[in-house]
Amino acid sequence: MPVKTVRTAPELVEGARHPLEKWLRTERLPHIWCSGCGLGTAFSALLYALEELGWDPDSVAVVSGIGCSGRVPGYLRVDTYHTTHGRPIPFATGLKLAKPDLHVIVFSGDGDLFAIGGNHFIHAARRNMDMAVICVNNFNYGMTGGQVGPTTPVGGRTTTTPFGNFEHPFNLVHLAASAGATYVARCTTLDGRRLAKAYVEALSHKGFTFVEVLAPCPTNYGRRNRIGEGLDELRYYREHTVIRHGADPKEADIAPGKPILVGKFVDIQKPTYLELYQAKVRELGGEG
Amino acid sequence: MPAKAILSGVHFMSGDEAIAEGAIAAGCRFFAAYPITPQSEIAERLAWRLPQLGGMFIQMEDEIAAIAAALGAAWGGMKAMTATSGPGFSLMMENLGLAVMTETPCVIVDVQRAAPSTGLPTLVGQGDMMQARWGSHGHYEIIALCPASPQEAFDLTVKAFALAERFRIPVLVMTDEVVGHMYERVEIPPEVPVAPRRKPRVPPEEFLPFKPDPDLVPPMACAGEGYRIHVTGLTHDERGYPAMDAESHDRLVRRLVDKVRLFPQEYTLYEEVALADAEIAVVSYGISARVSLGGIELARAAGIKAGLLRLITAWPFPDAALSRLAQRVQGIVVVEINLGQLSREVERAVRGQVPVHGVYHAGGRIHTPEEVFQGIEEVFRQCR
Repeated sequence: MPVKTVRTAPELVEGARHPLEKWLRTERLPHIWCSGCGLGTAFSALLYALEELGWDPDSVAVVSGIGCSGRVPGYLRVDTYHTTHGRPIPFATGLKLAKPDLHVIVFSGDGDLFAIGGNHFIHAARRNMDMAVICVNNFNYGMTGGQVGPTTPVGGRTTTTPFGNFEHPFNLVHLAASAGATYVARCTTLDGRRLAKAYVEALSHKGFTFVEVLAPCPTNYGRRNRIGEGLDELRYYREHTVIRHGADPKEADIAPGKPILVGKFVDIQKPTYLELYQAKVRELGGEG
Repeated sequence: MPAKAILSGVHFMSGDEAIAEGAIAAGCRFFAAYPITPQSEIAERLAWRLPQLGGMFIQMEDEIAAIAAALGAAWGGMKAMTATSGPGFSLMMENLGLAVMTETPCVIVDVQRAAPSTGLPTLVGQGDMMQARWGSHGHYEIIALCPASPQEAFDLTVKAFALAERFRIPVLVMTDEVVGHMYERVEIPPEVPVAPRRKPRVPPEEFLPFKPDPDLVPPMACAGEGYRIHVTGLTHDERGYPAMDAESHDRLVRRLVDKVRLFPQEYTLYEEVALADAEIAVVSYGISARVSLGGIELARAAGIKAGLLRLITAWPFPDAALSRLAQRVQGIVVVEINLGQLSREVERAVRGQVPVHGVYHAGGRIHTPEEVFQGIEEVFRQCR
């Protein structure tokens, strides 16, 4: 696809303030992300979701691993933990079990959660561990310079697949559903409102919930793959995504020439790890 | 009837079980681990005990997850522990560094077996001592304690939790397969003091989460306490925010090291046996120190005045104690189940004042008293 977007410098408005400033560590801005990156939208949708849920900020903790997406918690004015590469889910597990009243959110990237951290993801999903996991999938390792990742489509050009990717990527929706997640949705950063709604649903649903956010990485993926700038990738989403709630997760693979399914794939209830554990503790006479 | 947290009284108990009971007595209510021999008895006992006390036991998918969960629980306000053996200890090294960098109090137990790699899974080793000190990347300072009996396994686990809170560091209990599996008398006292966590003394708007007190340790605000702090493994400033420059890094790493290094009197523990008139000193730790007593008896019977310096704190290494020892004796024998790890520290600390001789083997069994005696004889001959 040819590059279509002409970039212009944004105008700064004197005295302008973010409407959801109370959730922001404004002293840490500007953020580190590249222009055209989808993380800004994925992040601000989270602010809108938190606001809509009306939760006390002191009841929210956000945990991340390493990578561009792993920097999200650093800008949020709640208790935030930027841990080691691939390990936000087990860290969040300990945090949640130690303080069950906390709303625990894991916000990280596709490489962090599904390559180095893949084992933790499937086991937390299997346990129906009480947490929401948000994965920003930009199809590559952005922070380290654009290497192939577990979600890079076949043929995708990255710095470590200079001749195109030969590996089959994960279908994260299918993976999450088969591992036991009780809520699974996929959105793109094209549609911030639908994304915020998916976050609200995932955050308020009990048990292990998962939202995959497809997001542009123009610097390291878009340009190398002739997708273009950030806006071009959003245009690509508009032209190639199909909203299909309740679709079979198996059909949600992302492959060249195939429409990308977005929407809500799984929304079920089953006892969570904490519910089962605490019931046993009460039965044994512990405080629980 | 609700379960008792502190099983006061006299028990016949293994070292592994004593570690589990020591943790409970010290107030630990979170334990995460992955099965591995010879640690399993710790996890099995806590899987049985903690739910009855309203505490949390979880068997994670690997040791990386186990230590990560323990760190998360510590930030959730709990006293947390994990336990493993060599292969799992290797997997924990990255998050050991995260614990150091984020100043997360927790206790990590390594029941050592013969290594490298899978080695001899059910047989003794002491080959992880240097890994305990330097296994994670970068420069840091931790405390490692080495019990030589089930009673001491209980006592030192309690101590480990207190030191973890005092210094806001991971504290390692470096035991071994023989102490872990050995059954002996363990006396659990009626009460065990629970070490307090140092909490912020200013309101959230004034609180800097990594601004240290005069003793270089910052107070700790845990999740949900209203402080809304950021915790990162990146180099950070007193606000906890990333600070990507050499000056900030040097300042932070020096503080993390100095907060431990400057207070040796608070954690340096050792025991002296028959050293008053000794010409030759055996330096050892864990199960090897107990075997060494047999070698010392043989030496005394043969007319060689030998004694024992048993290291209870392995890290930070008790340099001063070794330096003083070197001024009192004519030679030193180091007994350990590896091919020379802490002996290197002994050599460094005594600075060539006396000969240092190692009695080593790679693991799979404990030394015999005769082997220790031969080592003592050899150094004794060198000194003549």
